[in-house]
Amino acid sequence: MSTESENLESLVNRRYEHGFVTDIETDSLPPGLSEDVIRAISARKNEPPFMLEWRLQAYRQWLEMQEPEWAHVHYPKIDYNQISYFSAPKSDEDRPKSLDEVDPKLLETYDKLGIPLHERARLAGVAVDAVFDSVSVATTFKEKLSEAGVIFCSFSEAVQDHPDLVRKYLGTVVPRRDNFFAALNAAVFSDGSFVYIPKGVRCPMELSTYFRINAANTGQFERTLIVADEGSHVSYLEGCTAPMRDENQLHAAVVELVALKDAEIKYSTVQNWYPGDENGVGGIYNFVTKRGDCRGANSKISWTQVETGSAITWKYPSCLLRGDNSVGEFYSVAVANNMQQADTGTKMIHIGRNTSSTIVSKGISAGRAENAYRGLVRVMPRAHGARNHTQCDSLLIGKQCGAHTFPYMEIRNPSARVEHEATTSKISADQLFYCRQRGISEEDAVNMIVNGFCKEVFKELPMEFAVEAQALLNVSLEGAVG
Amino acid sequence: MTMLEINDLKSRIDDTEILRGLSLTVNAGEVHAIMGPNGSGKSTLAQVIAGHEDYEVTNGTVAYNGQDLLELEPEERAREGIFLGFQYPVEIPGVNNAYLLKAAVNAKRKHQGLGEVDAFEFLKLAREKMTTLGMDPKFLNRGVNEGFSGGEKKRNEILQMAMLEPSLAILDETDSGLDIDALKAVAEGVNALRSPERAIILVTHYQRLLDYIRPDYVHVLSQGRIVRSGDKSLALELEERGYDWVREAANG
Repeated sequence: MSTESENLESLVNRRYEHGFVTDIETDSLPPGLSEDVIRAISARKNEPPFMLEWRLQAYRQWLEMQEPEWAHVHYPKIDYNQISYFSAPKSDEDRPKSLDEVDPKLLETYDKLGIPLHERARLAGVAVDAVFDSVSVATTFKEKLSEAGVIFCSFSEAVQDHPDLVRKYLGTVVPRRDNFFAALNAAVFSDGSFVYIPKGVRCPMELSTYFRINAANTGQFERTLIVADEGSHVSYLEGCTAPMRDENQLHAAVVELVALKDAEIKYSTVQNWYPGDENGVGGIYNFVTKRGDCRGANSKISWTQVETGSAITWKYPSCLLRGDNSVGEFYSVAVANNMQQADTGTKMIHIGRNTSSTIVSKGISAGRAENAYRGLVRVMPRAHGARNHTQCDSLLIGKQCGAHTFPYMEIRNPSARVEHEATTSKISADQLFYCRQRGISEEDAVNMIVNGFCKEVFKELPMEFAVEAQALLNVSLEGAVG
Repeated sequence: MTMLEINDLKSRIDDTEILRGLSLTVNAGEVHAIMGPNGSGKSTLAQVIAGHEDYEVTNGTVAYNGQDLLELEPEERAREGIFLGFQYPVEIPGVNNAYLLKAAVNAKRKHQGLGEVDAFEFLKLAREKMTTLGMDPKFLNRGVNEGFSGGEKKRNEILQMAMLEPSLAILDETDSGLDIDALKAVAEGVNALRSPERAIILVTHYQRLLDYIRPDYVHVLSQGRIVRSGDKSLALELEERGYDWVREAANG
């Protein structure tokens, strides 16, 4: 038995493959946070006065807030004055008009990550708005999208070109003072993506953004806003990797989704940030606020995520089911290995009539990792006929890891039907021996079992993303699975 | 020619010695039956040949086609053509039966320097084998042994064996818990595999299976050693006289 667990341990101890730093000159603000820093960010981005005002109010609110401590995670106190709040590639003044103008070093980085940008974009028909550090440097397929009336651009561009839309929807799903990290983001967010799908339009391609954190000591504060107007449909993909480094990096993103009447938004994430070394040193802190608002009747928002990275993950993509008959979904695979800590889950807030939600959460723990699922299902008094089904499964690999489930239910309407199922299982030595006796290596056997465990979530991912997610799981479970 | 040569093998699990100096030679083309009372070490022998890490080998040698078998990892032994049909096949929920089978076939082919089997060919072959075994092709799409009955699990083991075409197949109590139809189907599957290049070791408690798969040799195991060897008639004798007789012989 002891040999078995040693083998598992060595399997689990695969190194992070995407650890490298691209050497591009950056134009960063010195570390520290103050109203002047916020004014500087806003000025550098040439923002209209309403944006600056919004940021300043958020900052003032943030100053009065406390960092939350309720999550099942542990980390040293963050000194927010040691973080640099803005970092843009040098060429910010003179943005590239096409990929030919993009810094070749950057393209190289994408190659290392296995994302040949132009190739991939052309072959797969995917428009890519590549966020490198904080400012978008390449946006493709824009023309084709604009033919359909779809707006897909960096947040900064949206502020310049579509200020009315930004003003109308910004902060309407995640208010400035929603939580500590959301307020910080509102004050200092650097860039992100903006999507608007007009009435009745089915977005002709999947929209994809590859995020990448670079520039040592620069906190990343992305902000994404997706608005699906009445009867429209969009599928959005978000994927991330980060370079290896020594100091912890804070990442506090905000994602807001708005689905109006009969609209549908599918938001898929594959997250692969640096988790730190075997002892948890140097990984990313990922404190994210993601929320979707099913504002209109019959609207639908679906979150699918595969989380393998970060030292600490604190993330609860949620749905506000306001519209009658609206639908919220959450499909998640969260892997925690070595010293990783994940506290993730979802919130489904049933407000409208006949609203329904589905939660499928698969947590995998290996090494000495701690993986917690935290989910809230709230049925408001007027939400007649609300339905929820929650399925929450944990898989343990080895003997030193932990899985925790914290389901919360607040039901204030007697007609609600709420179901919760939870299981915990282990990859057993017998299962591994059985596979090995059939000629399959232990590593492949672990991957196979983990993939089987995650199948229900993977099938929700767009095809090419599913393949990537599977590969990623293999790498992170080579520690722990694919 | 000699395929498997076990010499004075001793093995223990935790602190209990189970095999206490077992020797056995199996040639290609032969079918050997290993019989014996509960606790005599039959299953341990099967597990040690397959390479289960819970069983520590403390003495003796095992040569397989001239190479030191004890040096190989379980998966290497499997790729070299050793197959163990488990007494209690484990369930692997969520892993598709066809997927495991294909991965196993490809692992072996890769080891042999062959390319991966084409998905279409694979399915065709698997369906054929299932029909002969009286298995519903739907089993391919279920989780490995997930919710299978005892008989279905055993048939699934035989299906895997038929697909992997091992040189040395060890079937550990494959007959236990089977009704007569399942027993016949399993026996047919095993008989179909008999050939001059292959050897089969049947571990069984009852001689019933041997009515359907005729062994060349029968060995009686008691207290971790082979105490009697003979032909098919030995199995019948055991059936008549019980195991007490061999136990006494071993102690005497």
